[in-house]
Amino acid sequence: MSWIENRFEEGVIVTSLDWALNWARRSSLWPMTFGLACCAIEMMATGASRFDLDRFGAGAFRATPRQSDLMIVAGTVTYKMASRLKRLYHQMPDPKYVMAMGACTVGGGPYFIHGYHVVKGVDLVVPVDIYVPGCPPRPESLMEGLMRLQDKIANQTIARRRLEPAKN
Amino acid sequence: MTPEQISRRLQDRFADAVRAADASGLHPHAVVEPGRWVEVARFLRDDADLAMDFLRSISGVDYPEDGKLVSVYDLISTRHGHAFAIKVEAPRDNPHTPSVCDVWPAADWHEREAFDLLGIVYDGHPRLTRILLPDDWAGYPLRKDYEFPREYHGIPCSTETNQERPLH
Ligand code: SF4
Repeated sequence: MSWIENRFEEGVIVTSLDWALNWARRSSLWPMTFGLACCAIEMMATGASRFDLDRFGAGAFRATPRQSDLMIVAGTVTYKMASRLKRLYHQMPDPKYVMAMGACTVGGGPYFIHGYHVVKGVDLVVPVDIYVPGCPPRPESLMEGLMRLQDKIANQTIARRRLEPAKN
Repeated sequence: MTPEQISRRLQDRFADAVRAADASGLHPHAVVEPGRWVEVARFLRDDADLAMDFLRSISGVDYPEDGKLVSVYDLISTRHGHAFAIKVEAPRDNPHTPSVCDVWPAADWHEREAFDLLGIVYDGHPRLTRILLPDDWAGYPLRKDYEFPREYHGIPCSTETNQERPLH
């Protein structure tokens, strides 16, 4: 959450500013190079010329978490990797988004029952914005996931959230 | 040499160390006494007719009903083009097998892997630590009676399908 968020009431200025900010954020996502297993091959294919992730402004994979705002967790997350994954997530600057790509990261996938070493879903470790199922998902699915993430970003607002009535 | 000739040669040379040999079948092998194993290994490597100069793999096998942990050494000779396997047994409650790191340097990581996943202790290995799993992992996952961890560094490991997901 940045300094501008949660400070203003909703109004014409705020919603226009929202539109501009969200347009900038969603049109220029910087994914992190983070391939963990077989899904990473599909992620690479998505980034390459045939499927061309660059059309959506998300084609420049950065090799460091400090320059990226989207973590595509592409592959099997082991318990050994989980601590590294968490650290990488915390090293990314806000606003940051996480996409769980493939059955392994969505919920353990083929290793759910017999994989003693696989985290049963990356949402047990970091918060996930978009789940892309498949084993591995086709590049089309990954691009669909990216577009849904752009929709999600487009609906963000910097306006102060209305307080929810207390639950009794 | 054919597998029959290799096993005959081994039995002639080490009548007391080679316990059983099966030169027929798909996987010709001999079972060697653990106490004499390094000596037999040196003979296999240095003998001009055998010249087993390449250790292809070490597989650990768990036989809970026999109370044994077996290391299977798959050897081939790049000079003569023949192959043979050696099995060395260790009791399950105190599994110790002499290391053949000095004979075939390839044994180093293979022995560490068998130690990591099955808990076979290779005496004489220069640095017998876990190679795949994290250092603080409990238990040996490929043993038949291995119990999955319920939790690892705060990450739940449950394989219930309707488990609660944490809210980040
Ligand atoms: S979901 Fe399938 S393709 Fe993707 S990392 Fe897991 S096993 Fe590999």
